[in-house]
Amino acid sequence: MTGNISFFLQLFLTGMVVGSIYALVALGFVLIYKSTSILNFAQGELLMFGAYVCLALTVELNIPFIWSFLLTLFFSFALGALLERTILRPMIGESIISVIMITIALSTVMRSLIQIVWGTETKVFPPTFSEEPIHFLGLFIAEIHLYSLSFALICVALFGLFFKFSSAGLAMRVTAFDQQIAHTMGINIKRIFALAWAISAIVSSIGGIILGNINGINNLLAHMGLKVFPCVILGGLDSIIGAIVGGFLIGILENLAGGYLDPILGGGVKDVAPYVFLVVMLMIKPYGLFGKVLIERL
Amino acid sequence: MPCGLFHNRYRTDERIFQTIWARSWLTVFGLFVLSMPFFVTDYIVYVTNTIFIFIVGAIGLNILTGFTGQISIGHGAFVAVGAYTSAILTTKLGLSFWIALPIAGFFTALIGMIFGIPSLRVKGLYLVIATLAAQFIIEYTIIHWENLTNGITGIFVPSPELFGFFFNTDKKFYYLLLAFAVAAVASGRNIFRTRVGRAFIAVRDRDIAAEIVGISLFKYKLLAFAISSFYAGVAGSLWGYYTNVITPEHFTIVLSIDYLAMIIVGGLGSIIGTVFGVIFITILPELLTTFSLLLKSTFGQITTLLSAIKGLGFGVTVILFLIFEPEGLAEIWRRIRAYWKLWPFSY
Repeated sequence: MTGNISFFLQLFLTGMVVGSIYALVALGFVLIYKSTSILNFAQGELLMFGAYVCLALTVELNIPFIWSFLLTLFFSFALGALLERTILRPMIGESIISVIMITIALSTVMRSLIQIVWGTETKVFPPTFSEEPIHFLGLFIAEIHLYSLSFALICVALFGLFFKFSSAGLAMRVTAFDQQIAHTMGINIKRIFALAWAISAIVSSIGGIILGNINGINNLLAHMGLKVFPCVILGGLDSIIGAIVGGFLIGILENLAGGYLDPILGGGVKDVAPYVFLVVMLMIKPYGLFGKVLIERL
Repeated sequence: MPCGLFHNRYRTDERIFQTIWARSWLTVFGLFVLSMPFFVTDYIVYVTNTIFIFIVGAIGLNILTGFTGQISIGHGAFVAVGAYTSAILTTKLGLSFWIALPIAGFFTALIGMIFGIPSLRVKGLYLVIATLAAQFIIEYTIIHWENLTNGITGIFVPSPELFGFFFNTDKKFYYLLLAFAVAAVASGRNIFRTRVGRAFIAVRDRDIAAEIVGISLFKYKLLAFAISSFYAGVAGSLWGYYTNVITPEHFTIVLSIDYLAMIIVGGLGSIIGTVFGVIFITILPELLTTFSLLLKSTFGQITTLLSAIKGLGFGVTVILFLIFEPEGLAEIWRRIRAYWKLWPFSY
């Protein structure tokens, strides 16, 4: 019996850790969706970019981890703003499918460029965190997992404060609420769009760096970008708090499903469970837990 | 001589090929396509064959996305359903190509309808995500239902046969696939001259308004998914018979994205555009490969980067198209035709 409970708790904890990264990436995703109405399929590539840049700075230039981390955030900020300015801005007012397709194409381009520059083999970060697992109520937690969890929570809190109190955050929320009102209030909407992309890139690259420290870095990192869809649908596409809750829930859910159903269905359940959940969610509650219900009028 | 094309009867207005020029150029083009295998290399025949198969699948996707407005990024998975259904029917039950192919089409239509159900409640971006889920769920099922699909090892599919004639080389396959591609183009073009097709377009333009004038959204949205998936199933089935071996690797989300790129580069809601788009997106990686191999002497290990270069070329092309020519190749074609229509007296 105790074995069962500790198995459950172990899965739950791993789920929390993975979920915290999902929450970060989902936060970035929702940020872009909320302010610019763009479904960003290149979120996973933004994450991968952050991970690779941080790795290159740490390993090839021998910069201490903490500085390369901060430098990476700066590069991500620049990349996000640049992408918005050059590729997404001409698409304002185009149909949904064109905008989706351009982010898909963008993801292909970024993945190919990363592959050309850094190759395909898995790379690992130099050990920054101790590998000795910590015992906690009879469970094992790697130190990096603990860091990742607390770090993700700090980020989420910081962004919460940013949106609540800073004037830029306030302007972003107004833009998300109603672009016309924002415009009349003298908010520069184009700048807000660029800011949304820049912040989203930062958040994703933080997720990428944490993930890179846990699992190493390769091309598969980009799949994280697609995993974010179940999270945001669960939370509601246009809700920041929903993205965070959804991220944690999906992380826990996929680990539980993997742990309990893998022996029955023969492996890989972890990767597909979120999508099954997504379809069910779309059928019963399409706008998620916190999403705004769309009422359409002619 | 009239200075434009003026119809005074409905019959002439409804014609697909309205002028004598259109009809004669079509005849010339038809003769060219028919005689092509006699004067080109096997490699070009192979590329053309894949183009034919992709035309069938892409027209299916354009019916759903371009004409009915239901965006799908799970088309590759439906192609997989068709391929696996016909492969299993042929290898396990011993059915011939001619029976297995339509069954595969109808079965894929059924699966397509099941995954089309969310479209009744959600649309736009939400539907995109639902079809993305369809892609992953179908992929997972195929990889893990091993005693039916052989998992990642795949299935060997025998070549089709008609009265003792085996379609087992590229050139023999050419005419079979050509027939399917022509049938797909003709049926795709003609659907939109019927009641059903016009209902699809009404759903795309404004689905609530369509419902108010008496178009059952339930019926027509599911029908669009069914028809689209039927084409996908046939395309998948043909692909299986043509390549003789199918593995899950071919039917990943990359295939779905390729299909989407084809109809977007070609032109949404345009059958002729679909054909252009398929040709463009199929030939592009082949050209990039040739180009990279030419550069091989200059840059040593370029072959390892081949897939990255293809991806880069693909992505950049799509981005450029979307920014500078959002209506796709069909629009370019329309402009060229409009220029020549009244040449040299275009004013």
